[in-house]
Amino acid sequence: MNRIKQKLQEDKKILSIYFTAGYPSLNDTVKIIQDLEKSGVDLIEIGLPFSDPLADGPTIQASSTAALKNGMTTTLLFEQLKDIRKTVSIPLILMGYFNPVLQYGVEAFCKKCEEIGIDGLILPDLPLDVYLAEYETIFKKHGLINVFLITPQTSDARINAIDEASEGFIYMVSSASTTGAKEGFGPEQSAYFERIASMDLKNPQIVGFGISNAQTFQQATSKAKGAIIGSAFIKHLTQNGVDGIDAFVGQIR
Amino acid sequence: MSYHADERGYYGEFGGAFIPEMLYPNCEELRQNYLKIMAEPSFQEEFHQLLKDYVGRPTPLYFAERLSKKYNTKIYLKREDLCHTGAHKVNNTIGQILMAKRLGKHRIIAETGAGQHGVATATVCALMGIECVVYMGEIDIARQAPNVARMKMLGAEVHPATSGSKTLKDATNEAIRDWINNPVDTHYIIGSVVGPHPYPDMVARFQSVISEEVKSQLLEKEGRENPDFVVACVGGGSNAAGAFYHFLDTPEVGIIAVEAAGKGIHSGESAATSALGKVGIIHGSKTLLMQTPDGQITEPYSISAGLDYPGVGPLHAHLYTSGRGEFISITDDEAMKAGLDLCKFEGIIPAIESSHALAIFKDRKFKENDVVVVNLSGRGDKDLQNYIDYFKL
Repeated sequence: MNRIKQKLQEDKKILSIYFTAGYPSLNDTVKIIQDLEKSGVDLIEIGLPFSDPLADGPTIQASSTAALKNGMTTTLLFEQLKDIRKTVSIPLILMGYFNPVLQYGVEAFCKKCEEIGIDGLILPDLPLDVYLAEYETIFKKHGLINVFLITPQTSDARINAIDEASEGFIYMVSSASTTGAKEGFGPEQSAYFERIASMDLKNPQIVGFGISNAQTFQQATSKAKGAIIGSAFIKHLTQNGVDGIDAFVGQIR
Repeated sequence: MSYHADERGYYGEFGGAFIPEMLYPNCEELRQNYLKIMAEPSFQEEFHQLLKDYVGRPTPLYFAERLSKKYNTKIYLKREDLCHTGAHKVNNTIGQILMAKRLGKHRIIAETGAGQHGVATATVCALMGIECVVYMGEIDIARQAPNVARMKMLGAEVHPATSGSKTLKDATNEAIRDWINNPVDTHYIIGSVVGPHPYPDMVARFQSVISEEVKSQLLEKEGRENPDFVVACVGGGSNAAGAFYHFLDTPEVGIIAVEAAGKGIHSGESAATSALGKVGIIHGSKTLLMQTPDGQITEPYSISAGLDYPGVGPLHAHLYTSGRGEFISITDDEAMKAGLDLCKFEGIIPAIESSHALAIFKDRKFKENDVVVVNLSGRGDKDLQNYIDYFKL
């Protein structure tokens, strides 16, 4: 069984952490993954850096620019990850923009992910209709879960269509924003969390955007299965390098 | 076969809407309404009234007699340089501001490279009394000071884009991010036939007034609606889309798109997307795009700020790969000389973008009786400093 699905069956709230591969230093990737697993994180999103990350706010943009400057490429990331399954068993998701995947070749990319032991992909600019028409069979053939996003503006009808096309979980963007733009939640989010919880979707939801500490993690997971921290962790890496990852995770829960 | 967008916004394999879910409601609202709104008689009436009284349309189709003699063919210039604000850009911003009003939007955002689209957007926002924010790369702000001042005088806020390479593509990223953060009250006026569906089709339709006028003007002057060739420069490709629009499905009209070769196609400093690009995704559209083998978007170069976009509109990608369009690339030097030629032969100072289109006549020969319409997309006032530096005037 896919490691993501297995993890989601556990009776606990899921903590997922995002980081950009190649940041702060080119060869930090494996150590960050190992330390996150040791710290008790449930799921890891490895960011494939892109020159034009248009859904990201300044923090993740800057980490992408730095990672590319450090020399990160798709091929190099796969090289760094080739033995990762010898040391960790945590579910791993690759997250990035669609163009680098397209250039690598979608089929070749998915095949490589399967060889390495990647469990899922999040490609925010690969739209639902294109995925279903052109890529679903390739993803499935290589055992990859494709994760879709929903936002407070997504209509019920579209959420149902996304739920239908998903297996694993739905990435619930907490507010209309780029990553790291807003901190904390207001009444608008509570109403949105409520609305989604009442829809009784077949896939669990994991909330992302705006989660940075224990308080926001608790708020986000009051209704949802889990929460994702991205920009706050990148800031931690900027300030501390790869030291103290366990302390960062420890203060979340 | 049609060269127009299908209902999903595809031109052959190019186009579509490769956008994150955060942008889906905005684009979907536009997609569901743009054709309906454009078809409303009150919209058409207001649009054409403004094009006439405010922009100064129809722009002349001028027979360039001395230039024609020099190249031994019949050259007509479509004088978009005479539009209010100095270029064709305003045709689109007039259309989109009326669209935004009908969609109930209270705030306008736009991206700009050289500042021409930013000025055209700030202009229509002032006209309508709507808040306007223009994103412009930090580097472009420094090198296009007069246009920054124009936008400010017109009441727009100019936000520097400080990410990435700090030029047009980054300004576009910033505008898209603004739209993600303001999904309800804001309309994004994209300045070219790029971006997610329905933008390429919508912008092309607003610019199509260019070829619509060419047809009736040519009928009057030559007794026929169709020229033998239409020539236009292509960065993102909005003036070209407008000049080609009503001839796309008329195979007897040759379509010539002129790209900026910069310092030479293989110099590493070029913006010739058809020659150097590969299929990829930029700003929500699948198209030809200059990028590294790893899929990172690269920074193009041209002496003309309006042509240095790393992609090309999906319509043009389709015209190129299908063979419908003839693509020619012109270097900085060739363009600058052609620009000066137009000054000397016809008394018209062209924008450096348009000079690229004029530069093809040196090597691309036409028959004596061929009617060749060149879209003179903009005037050269904004480029004076470039001309001064280049020719040491």
